Amino acid sequence: MTETRSTGPTRRTAPTVNAVRRLAVAEARLFLRDPLTAFFSLGFPVALLLVLGSVPSLRKTSPDMHGMSTIQLYAPILAVFTLMLLGLNALPSLLAAYRERGVLRRMSASPVRPALLFGALLPLYLAIAAGSVLLVVLAGPVLGVALPKQPLGFLLAFLLAAAAMLSVGLLLASAVPSAKAGNAVGALAFFPMMFFSGIWLPREFMPGFLNRIGDFTPSGAAVQTLQDSWNGHFPHIVGLLTLAAYALLAGGAAAKLFRWE
Amino acid sequence: MAVIEVAGLRKAYGRRQVLEDVSFSVQRGEVFGLLGPNGAGKTTAVECCEGLRRADAGTVRVLGLDPLRDRAALRPRVGIQLQQAQLQGALRVGEALELYAAFYPNPRDWRELLDEWGLADQVRTPFDKLSGGQKQRLFIALALIGNPEVAFLDELTTALDPQGRRDTWELIRRIRDEGVTVVLVSHFMDEVEALCDRAAVLDGGRIVATGTPAELIARSGTGGTLGFRPTAPLDLGRLAALRGVTGVEERDGRIEVTGTGDFADEVTGLLAREGIVVTGLRIREHSLDDAYLALTRHDAA
Repeated sequence: MTETRSTGPTRRTAPTVNAVRRLAVAEARLFLRDPLTAFFSLGFPVALLLVLGSVPSLRKTSPDMHGMSTIQLYAPILAVFTLMLLGLNALPSLLAAYRERGVLRRMSASPVRPALLFGALLPLYLAIAAGSVLLVVLAGPVLGVALPKQPLGFLLAFLLAAAAMLSVGLLLASAVPSAKAGNAVGALAFFPMMFFSGIWLPREFMPGFLNRIGDFTPSGAAVQTLQDSWNGHFPHIVGLLTLAAYALLAGGAAAKLFRWE
Repeated sequence: MAVIEVAGLRKAYGRRQVLEDVSFSVQRGEVFGLLGPNGAGKTTAVECCEGLRRADAGTVRVLGLDPLRDRAALRPRVGIQLQQAQLQGALRVGEALELYAAFYPNPRDWRELLDEWGLADQVRTPFDKLSGGQKQRLFIALALIGNPEVAFLDELTTALDPQGRRDTWELIRRIRDEGVTVVLVSHFMDEVEALCDRAAVLDGGRIVATGTPAELIARSGTGGTLGFRPTAPLDLGRLAALRGVTGVEERDGRIEVTGTGDFADEVTGLLAREGIVVTGLRIREHSLDDAYLALTRHDAA
């Protein structure tokens, strides 16, 4: 520290850029201080993959699963897990709590607009989800799951899935009146999405109509498009469009409905 | 030069009129108090000045700017302490100050503020683990971190213990001495009397009086009370007839005379002329407390 009390209008970086960076650093620290969420979003997917992969029978391919092993089916599901947890569960509860506590109001009494918080939180969540996916992808070869064969399609599917999940989370945060409701709505959205992602019953084993419904949910579409690209196909356009539609519609609605206090 | 000009401010929440034709101005470098009972509209008035609330009618200028239209230009130059707001629960004191320093173009050194407000030992304490007084001091520090020209402090000593309040007053005087204009929302009269150069009394959404604390006391028509115990019988009617006396009361042989102006001199003059010796003589000057109650009494009735 060289300056004690600055008097002139001196500044190294543009205030907004600096403010967003500081906010992102602060939110990252707060995220890591909540060990449960930090573990479930960063370590849990890869840990579950390793546990499942340690069971020999789950590594065996089967004609019932289009020549894939159970573990190959689970890899994309676990890749989507963190996005679901952060977007549908963490984001609405956090924003509802910030609104209720007056954190957003306190921010809006400073020169920055509270919307800057999105500029900090969304990249932070995207980075955490990307880290979790990277761990899952890199653990794959150890368990006989090849790296995604269509990396560009995989990246596109991941980004659209992130946009869809985070937008739906923002929309939920707009709709809830209190922190308590934020937690409840977050859980209410999280579990059906988990179901349609196939975490309890992989989509390949679901009855046809459930699979069709799943195709048009954010989590079902996310898992399908990631699986497509993992196996070397460019993700199905309907899946990509479904994710894009959720991102645009939910994001647009959230922008209109979100209340700061 | 007026730093804040408020003219004809009106605001209603639904059918409830909260502000009715509120006008006041605050001069550069003064500590200006807004006082009044709960629900008088103090916070709403100050929020209109801060640009956190839109008035239904009237004009507000802070440093010559419109708080809502010129938000971007004005916000870096004012500091705001909100009455009800919290920070992220796990955010530490040092982190909060560093974060908010990054929000301003020309911030103060946050470590200096930490020392000034007695939070140096709490630099690593999460917000949720702070005591009420520590939270309050952190919020005052956050209001000052941007090196503001005008600071709005809403109920700043609520949740502080008596020593904490006195210390805070000392620091507010220091802020004033540095040339910062301070708007203080309060319902503690001793605070207003100790700190404010001028104050406006709000009641039911209207300004009922504006002036220095001494002027407010004079305007309210309350003066003081003179109490004593006469050693010989005294005609209360003659006391009541004295100039400036507004009331005479006798209880258990003790006489209490209330009045304004030089009434005390009149009373002691009469006693001297009559050769009446008194014991237990006590004079109490009415304070801003009494003035405030007199100015806002109709509401409580």
